[in-house]
Amino acid sequence: MFSPARAWREYPQRYRLEAAKCTECSKILYPPRLVCPACGGRTFTPEILPREGKVVTFTVIRVPPAGFTEQTPLPLALVELANGVRLMVQIGDVENPETLEIGMPVRLEFRRISWDGEAGVIFYGHKAVRAGS
Amino acid sequence: MTVGIVGYGAFVPRRRIKLEEIAKVWGADAPAYKRGLQLFEKSVPGADEDTVTMSVEAARNALARSGGVDPADIGALYIGSESHPYAVKPSGTIVAEAIGAVPALHVADLEFACKAGTESLFIAQALVKAGEVKYAVGIGADTSQGAPGDALEYSAAAGAAAFIFGADEDLILAEIVDTYSWTTDTPDFWRREYMHYPRHGSRFTGEPAYFRHSMNSARGMMDKAGLEPGDFAYAIFHQPNGKFPMRVGKKLGFTNEQLETGWLSPWLGNTYSGASPIGLTAVLDIASPGDLILLTSFGSGAGSDSFVIRVTGRISEVQDLAPKTREQLDENKIYLEYGAYAKLRGKIRMAE
Repeated sequence: MFSPARAWREYPQRYRLEAAKCTECSKILYPPRLVCPACGGRTFTPEILPREGKVVTFTVIRVPPAGFTEQTPLPLALVELANGVRLMVQIGDVENPETLEIGMPVRLEFRRISWDGEAGVIFYGHKAVRAGS
Repeated sequence: MTVGIVGYGAFVPRRRIKLEEIAKVWGADAPAYKRGLQLFEKSVPGADEDTVTMSVEAARNALARSGGVDPADIGALYIGSESHPYAVKPSGTIVAEAIGAVPALHVADLEFACKAGTESLFIAQALVKAGEVKYAVGIGADTSQGAPGDALEYSAAAGAAAFIFGADEDLILAEIVDTYSWTTDTPDFWRREYMHYPRHGSRFTGEPAYFRHSMNSARGMMDKAGLEPGDFAYAIFHQPNGKFPMRVGKKLGFTNEQLETGWLSPWLGNTYSGASPIGLTAVLDIASPGDLILLTSFGSGAGSDSFVIRVTGRISEVQDLAPKTREQLDENKIYLEYGAYAKLRGKIRMAE
C-alpha cells in the first residue's frame, strides 16, 4: 500500500495522465522518468496522454494481493494508446474474464485503484474499460 | 448578463440489477413492486466506482462539449452528494485535480439529500452571474444505498451529471432564464452520522414531502417567470422511483411527451443528487434551439430547486461530442446477481 504522500506526488501522472516528453528525442515516457532511456536526455515537457487505445496483451489474477479481494478476478493489461505509448493498467468492468480479448478497444476511465481499509486513504487513477458497444 | 450552460455531461455505471433479482432474495412480490414503483432495473457502481470517479468522468464529458474551456479558467467547483467517499476530506478537490482546474478555484462539497446536485448548479450559475468567476462547475453524483430488504433497495442507484456555467454568449448552449427555490423543515428521510443506511417516513415521503415541495417549487417558478406548462418543450422532476415524477408532472399539467425524455428512473433507479441533473442531460442530448426546459429537483428534509432553461443554437454542435445519456443507459450493460451486488455494495462482512 502506498503512503498518502507518495500517492500525492504522483497525482499528475495518475489523475491527469501526464507523461514526460523528452525535449531531445521526443520520446514520450509514462510513467515519467528522470532520464530518457532512449537518448539519455534529462529535460522533459508534460504531455497529456490520449485516453483511447487497445489491449496488446493481458493476464487475469485470481489470487489477488491484499486490498483487491472485491476486485477479483483482477485483469491486468498492456495497453497501446492512440499515440503509440504503452502502459500497464488494470481492466475495469469485467465480471467475466472470458470476454477479454487481445486487440479489444479500450478507453481509460478514472477509477479507485485501491484503498487502505475502511479508515485509510483512497487511491485513484485510471483503468482501461471496453470502448464502444 | 446572460449566464448559461457551456458544457454538460453524464456518467452512468455499466452494472445493473433487475428488480426481480432483489425481490427474490427478500421474498417480495416483484410484480407488485414493478406496478407500484414503476421500476425495472437500477445501476450499480463497481467496487472501483464512487461519487468522485463518476464526477470526474461526467466533468470530462462536460469539458468535451464546452468548446475548449481551459480548465484553469474554472473558478469554482461544487459537488452535491450524500455519498461523498470521505466523511472528512472533500470530493471536489480530487475532481478539480483530475480535470486540471487546481489551484486557483473555490471548491465545496454540498449535502441536501437528493437536492444537493441542483444546489451545486444553483450556486455555480449564481457565482458566474455575479461576475465572481469566469466559469463554474456544478455536479450532482451519488452511489446511494438502501438497507437490505427495504423499499429503497429497489431504487438506490449510481450516476453523475456535470455542468459548466459561463457567460460567453458564443459558448452558451442553454441559458439559465430564472431560478426559484421552495424549502421547509420536513423530516421525511434522514441518515445520522456513522449509520450505513438511511431511514425514512414511508408514505410521509410522498404528499407532505415530495409532492408538496416539487409542486410549490415548480408553480412558484412558473409564476415568477410568467410561464405555463404549455410553454415548455420538456419538464424534469426528481426521480425517487418511476411513478412520482410522472405523477407530479401530470398534476401540474404537463403531458407524457414533455415528461418522458428526462424520465430515466424505471431503468436507471434513483441516483439521488444525480437524478434530475442526469434527466436534464438526457433532454439536452436531443433538445432543439429555442426549447424551454423546466428542471425541478427535490431533496428530503426538504426542499426543491427549479430552473427555467432556454436552449440556444449551439446545442446541435455539442450533442455528439461526448457519450449521450440514453446510450450509456441502454448499451454495454452488465447484469449482476444479488450475491455479486451485495459484494460490490459492501453488504458482506469481510475479515478485518
